[in-house]
Amino acid sequence: MASSTLGSRNLPLTPVKLTAKDFKSDQEVRWCPGCGDYAILAAVQGFMPELGIPRENIVFVSGIGCSSRFPYYMNTYGMHSIHGRAPAIATGLSVSRPDLSVWVVTGDGDALSIGGNHLIHALRRNVNLKILLFNNRIYGLTKGQYSPTSELGKITKSTPAGSADSPFNPISLALGAEATFVARTIDSDRKHLQSVLRAAAEHEGSAFVEIYQNCNIFNDGAFELIKDSTTREDHLIRLEQGQPITFGTDNQFSVTHPAGSFGLKVEEGGEPLVHDATVDDPAYAFALSRLSGSDLGTTPIGVFRNVQRPSYDELITKQLVDAKAQADGTPEQMLDGLLGKADTWTIL
Amino acid sequence: MSAGAKRVEQLDRVVIRFAGDSGDGMQLTGDRFTSETAQLGNDISTLPNFPAEIRAPAGTLPGVSSFQVHFADYDILTPGDSPNVLVAMNPAALKANVADLPSGADIIVNTDEFTKRNLAKVGYTVSPLEDGSLADFAVHPVALTSMTVGALAELGVAKKDGERAKNMFALGLLSWMYSRPFESTLRFLETKFAKRPDLVAANKAAFQAGWNFGETTESFTVRYEVKPARMKPGTYRNITGNQALALGLVAASVRSKLPLFLGAYPITPASDILHELSKHKKFGITTVQAEDEIAAIGAAVGASYGGALGVTTTSGPGVALKGETISLAIALELPLVIVDVQRAGPSTGMPTKTEQADLNMALYGRHGEAPLAVIAPKSPSDCFHAAIEAARIALKYRTPVILLSDNYVANGSEPWLLPSADELPDISVGFTTEPNGEDGRFLPYLRDPETLARPWAIPGTPGLEHRIGGLEKADKTGDISYDPANHEHMVRTRAARIEAIEVPDVEVEDADESARVLVLGWGSTYGPIGAACRALRQRGLPIAQAHLRHLAPLPANLGEVLAAYDKVVIPEMNLGQLAHVIRARYLIDAVPFNQVSGLPFTAATLENMLEDVVKNG
Repeated sequence: MASSTLGSRNLPLTPVKLTAKDFKSDQEVRWCPGCGDYAILAAVQGFMPELGIPRENIVFVSGIGCSSRFPYYMNTYGMHSIHGRAPAIATGLSVSRPDLSVWVVTGDGDALSIGGNHLIHALRRNVNLKILLFNNRIYGLTKGQYSPTSELGKITKSTPAGSADSPFNPISLALGAEATFVARTIDSDRKHLQSVLRAAAEHEGSAFVEIYQNCNIFNDGAFELIKDSTTREDHLIRLEQGQPITFGTDNQFSVTHPAGSFGLKVEEGGEPLVHDATVDDPAYAFALSRLSGSDLGTTPIGVFRNVQRPSYDELITKQLVDAKAQADGTPEQMLDGLLGKADTWTIL
Repeated sequence: MSAGAKRVEQLDRVVIRFAGDSGDGMQLTGDRFTSETAQLGNDISTLPNFPAEIRAPAGTLPGVSSFQVHFADYDILTPGDSPNVLVAMNPAALKANVADLPSGADIIVNTDEFTKRNLAKVGYTVSPLEDGSLADFAVHPVALTSMTVGALAELGVAKKDGERAKNMFALGLLSWMYSRPFESTLRFLETKFAKRPDLVAANKAAFQAGWNFGETTESFTVRYEVKPARMKPGTYRNITGNQALALGLVAASVRSKLPLFLGAYPITPASDILHELSKHKKFGITTVQAEDEIAAIGAAVGASYGGALGVTTTSGPGVALKGETISLAIALELPLVIVDVQRAGPSTGMPTKTEQADLNMALYGRHGEAPLAVIAPKSPSDCFHAAIEAARIALKYRTPVILLSDNYVANGSEPWLLPSADELPDISVGFTTEPNGEDGRFLPYLRDPETLARPWAIPGTPGLEHRIGGLEKADKTGDISYDPANHEHMVRTRAARIEAIEVPDVEVEDADESARVLVLGWGSTYGPIGAACRALRQRGLPIAQAHLRHLAPLPANLGEVLAAYDKVVIPEMNLGQLAHVIRARYLIDAVPFNQVSGLPFTAATLENMLEDVVKNG
């Protein structure tokens, strides 16, 4: 059977070309009107046919939260699991079924708070999962408490005097967890979102994609600075492989690496760095990730890091294949051999 | 090694306890003695007892590690209450164990370790070898360490390596004393130290020196023999509960024709199951050492969803962490086996000691109405069959099953009559591959009318794409549903499908059917309860014994069995958890008898208690 080049490994190809409509389930979508999740759903459904994989070989696994309703709306296999645990469940599925394309849909609370441990370990192992983290910087389903990506001092229902926690930078976190593919995109930029999904799907191993997503009920306009056409150009940095990293209304800003500095800098003029996500040293991608803070003043989007190392699935599968090559006889015969592999004695 | 010219005495049973510092190799010594004894055809039961510390300070009481082996020329049920022989490698080992000895017991002590400093470490001001405090026992002082070093000096073995071989000297001596065949030990040493021929030679020489010492010394005047037991014909091996459980899971994979997937996080006393299964990849077994207990069961659920036999192994603290995921598996109605090798709690408790106090957690420890099946093995070798039974129920009824082992059966061992793989039950079930609803729709929660199990349609099956999750589902379609009547129906159906699981009737051992008292147990207490009942019957006191393997659902005939006796006594290593269930469910005045010392019941404890109940009601 021919296999897909996207997402690599043993994925079969669909005999007929699918369309976005084929990926819409019969379930009524129940996010709040105006939620950024709708745009992401449409973008994912629109992208899926590109995979060329039959629907039955695609699985979406989610945790708990608004974003985690996602699998119900995809006409693929899917599991809406429990809070924070989707990467763990998806790991078991992916490792035991190399013929599946496994996607994890999660949110900032689900992935970075209650499920932080599973996220970092899935990335460390490089499990062949495509992890889409919808970051709206707020708890939506529980009606408006601050999240681990909310800015310091955030006033919410649970922090009337302002939150005292510093937020995570999800890109920095993923890089610290040894992720091999790390990207960021925005719910409202369908073209960019789909280009990132494509790159993630092509990656062998864990792909971590942070998607800035607007919660119009509890945190409306959180990403307005980099979405509004009047402010966007001076704050949004589009990372493109092999291209100089410049931005600004008149392309006047450059991301540079000052001599003797550990980090990168944004300056007017200057010699821009040429973006290369395949740099093996994660320090480069990490330095890029540090350009953005809570204020979104200079926010890179695109693929930060895209490097190759063997996936967990591949290594485990190889061990199994090698061991099975030693199989001698039927499973029952091998079992008899195993049970008797000890000091035995016979009573007549 | 000749037989020697000493008097030979026949015994029907012997209990030996090897005790020493945790670095003295007592577990290995006990294992080897057990293996020799198994070769001879005695029935055997063993009990290791070791500290949780890997290397507690040398020579101290917390550092004492011991291994007890009971062997007989008839079938036995327990590792024995009190040792006939104690091998004490140092003062701490003597002090920690002497209270368990009946008067007249033999004590073999390593006098080299009875130094002023070592005695002081455990609070002896005068050596117990000299103050007359051991007058009730037959003490055999042996300079074990120096004789070993001496015997090995001519081989050019360094003093330090020589000292380390002293456990083999002790094994050689005991092997001589009880006329054990030693070929398997010599073979074992050759394999174990294959890369160090010098150590093979040293350990063999130490073993030989111990044997020869027995033959020549005047300290031992008698040699003993214990004839082979009359056991069912067949091929046997000795096996621990954890080994048997792991092999049972391999067998379940073979007999279900499904790949086994184990998600596990290391925890005492369950880790050996992970170690064992990780060696058997050629059976298509995948083991994932997860980042935590929750991930371990999560990965197993994910694998079950994908069509594997998903298993997670742990102990009590791990089950507590897994609770939410077990609930998810109950809602998803997927097969899953959760192995809980119980240890003494609460919290970290005593990780290397035994207890049966997780029954309530297994039965009830989840939010919402979340019923599942619970089964418990009764002996080390029974762990094999219990594992297959757990997998059978999980697969056939699409439910999580908790398998409640405990430290006592997990680390204890007994001879096991090897089954033939072909004769093990076929527990295979098919996946659903075709739509089951009208108009070619797939209804993931349309149930089998007999088992109430839902279809198992795995990803990769064209046309059956569907979504499942923890939210309440509409009957049949599996769509999200908040409908009150639907929830009522689903909750009752989930309970009914567990109650509908077919489990065998509980059998009653009641020799002449004259008993008025029934003793009811579950899990690892089978051995001591059985031994106590036998002892009572031999003394003419009638008593009936029933033992539960299935704790949820309970056997259908249990109510009838309980009603047939005037009195029901329930011994448990907890504060009465099964007794509560029995009293609530069958409205009988069952009498709990409880011990939570971290140690298994002795047969004598139960015999005394039951004698009182039989005689005085």
